[in-house]
Amino acid sequence: MTDAGPLWMRRLLLGLLLAPALLWLFLLIVLPHLDLALVSFRERVAPREYVTSLAQYRTFFIEPLYWQIFVRTAILSVIATAVTLVVAFPVAWTIAKIARGRSAALLFMVCLIPFWVSETVRTLGWMILLRESGVMPALLVKLGLVASPPELLYHDATILVGLVYTSLLFMMVPLVSSLESLDNALIEAAYDLGASGFTVLRTIVIPHAAPGITAGCIVVFMLTLGNYLTPNLLGGTSSQWFTEQIYNQFITRFNWEQGAAFGFLLLALSTGMVWLGLKASGQRFADVMQRA
Amino acid sequence: MRRLAPLVLALMAFLTVSVATADDSKRLRIISWADYVPADVIADFQKETGIKVEVTLSNNEEMISKLRATGGAGFDLAQPSQDRILGAQQEFRIYKPIDLSKVQTAEFLPDLVDTVRKNASLDGKLYALPYVWGTEGLVYNGKKTKIADYTDLCRADLKGKVAVRLKRPTLMAFAFASGKDPFALYNNVKAYSALMDEVGKTLAACKSNFRFFYDNKDQLLNGVRSGEITAAMMWDSGGWNLGRENPDIHFINPKSGAIAWLDTYALPARGKNDAGAYAWINFTMRPAVAARIARQIGNFTASKGADALMDPKLKAQFAVTFPDGLKNVRWYPAIPPGLEEIEGKVLDRIKAAN
Repeated sequence: MTDAGPLWMRRLLLGLLLAPALLWLFLLIVLPHLDLALVSFRERVAPREYVTSLAQYRTFFIEPLYWQIFVRTAILSVIATAVTLVVAFPVAWTIAKIARGRSAALLFMVCLIPFWVSETVRTLGWMILLRESGVMPALLVKLGLVASPPELLYHDATILVGLVYTSLLFMMVPLVSSLESLDNALIEAAYDLGASGFTVLRTIVIPHAAPGITAGCIVVFMLTLGNYLTPNLLGGTSSQWFTEQIYNQFITRFNWEQGAAFGFLLLALSTGMVWLGLKASGQRFADVMQRA
Repeated sequence: MRRLAPLVLALMAFLTVSVATADDSKRLRIISWADYVPADVIADFQKETGIKVEVTLSNNEEMISKLRATGGAGFDLAQPSQDRILGAQQEFRIYKPIDLSKVQTAEFLPDLVDTVRKNASLDGKLYALPYVWGTEGLVYNGKKTKIADYTDLCRADLKGKVAVRLKRPTLMAFAFASGKDPFALYNNVKAYSALMDEVGKTLAACKSNFRFFYDNKDQLLNGVRSGEITAAMMWDSGGWNLGRENPDIHFINPKSGAIAWLDTYALPARGKNDAGAYAWINFTMRPAVAARIARQIGNFTASKGADALMDPKLKAQFAVTFPDGLKNVRWYPAIPPGLEEIEGKVLDRIKAAN
């Protein structure tokens, strides 16, 4: 690129190189969102007759039902993200710092293998394991821990298990990459100076891995918040996920206006939560995204 | 860019040609329910007409939503229930009228054609023809329990043993079981809302009885087979099938009446192969073919001549469930637009209740 000729030509080249990505972004993301935004500000007054109104957003704030589902989804997503972090961190540490060479690659592989099958199949696998007539309850009975097989499916905890399992890899990748760059000498020096394991973790490891942790949390949170399949299949009779509500509005109620409004509220929620997370952890978005 | 231009042109030309050569008259795209379009019937149809049938599996709501998204394009034949056509047509204009001169009308049971004519006509034009009908009632495992009406599903001894769909048929059933007639209130939005609220409260109160709300038939079938579910709302063919596998499982006509549905043939507004669709309708209504399809679905067909060819076992099961014929059975009338929104909120509340 050093002798790329006049400026306009370089600009043209850059534009051409970016064109596929920009077209993709504009045609498949920006345009549909603009259309949805317009739809969300409509209200049906009679068959085939619509007026501009804020009714859809009003419904959301007036009807406590939708609020509850919204908050529930947000809270469960935060919990799922936190659990994923706690579960993934030791694994990432092992891969980045303890395992060497081939065994590190092997460990990574083991974490990757579940993703060779689709999310549907993985979730159905959980259903086979957890249902009353399934593997886990039978095992519990055999071990004498319970008298009759319990129903492990259709609880909020089941949803969490499914979500954590689905998101594990997306947390591990940024964690491993940020932990790998941590100089072992720093940790050794800290120990030499008499720091405890917890102090090392708190003052050296976590600050160093912070961009990776934040990146992983953002990705996992967004994936979890937008997940449809796992909460739907593993959840019980009281477990509505907000995406399910959007699907219902669009597909079973034919109420695109309400569905579009809900979609934007979910977008606002995820944007807001990510912003809050960045503020709270003192990270900058650009730094974090280099890790993801 | 100059070097790219020929490439782009070539690509566009290629696309145009390939779209044009995909011969629409040799392809029939059907959107329908699981089992409704058996593979062997597709094969025979192709042998006879040279038309290749492509099937997309769906349900009432998805059919309407998919056709709405494209303005009625993407499919040449749809099979919605008769009560879901008028509202969708008024609201979204997704179907085109049936041209009766292209249909062998003599093959159809006249009663069912009349039902469809009553419920799926708009501005004097008919938008559907009957295909298959059946009922939705109750199924229970006689070894473990016994029920007689929808409200029995809420009995204390069935805690965690019941499955229903979180959809409108369940609301209708419980409305009938409470002694009201929801169909009579279809055009009275206020009274209908009140009735639905009441039904919603009943269902929310008995939520601990529901092990799950099923979305697909396999989930329910597995639940009943494994014994996890001992009583459920279910459609007749599913119940009779289970009864054939396990004589303890009974499909019954509830005291307040089973609800009957009738699925149809309808032509999407921008379908590209009407001739093929009519050929398919006429082909599948021939008594021999219709009987074969009905046997596979396990329900009854709208083909007049097929009755004599029906599976005697199925007929016997029908006679056990409905000893007085279809006297105590309620047919869905056409749903006016807007009702689904009322029901939707009630369903959401049931789901969110604790």
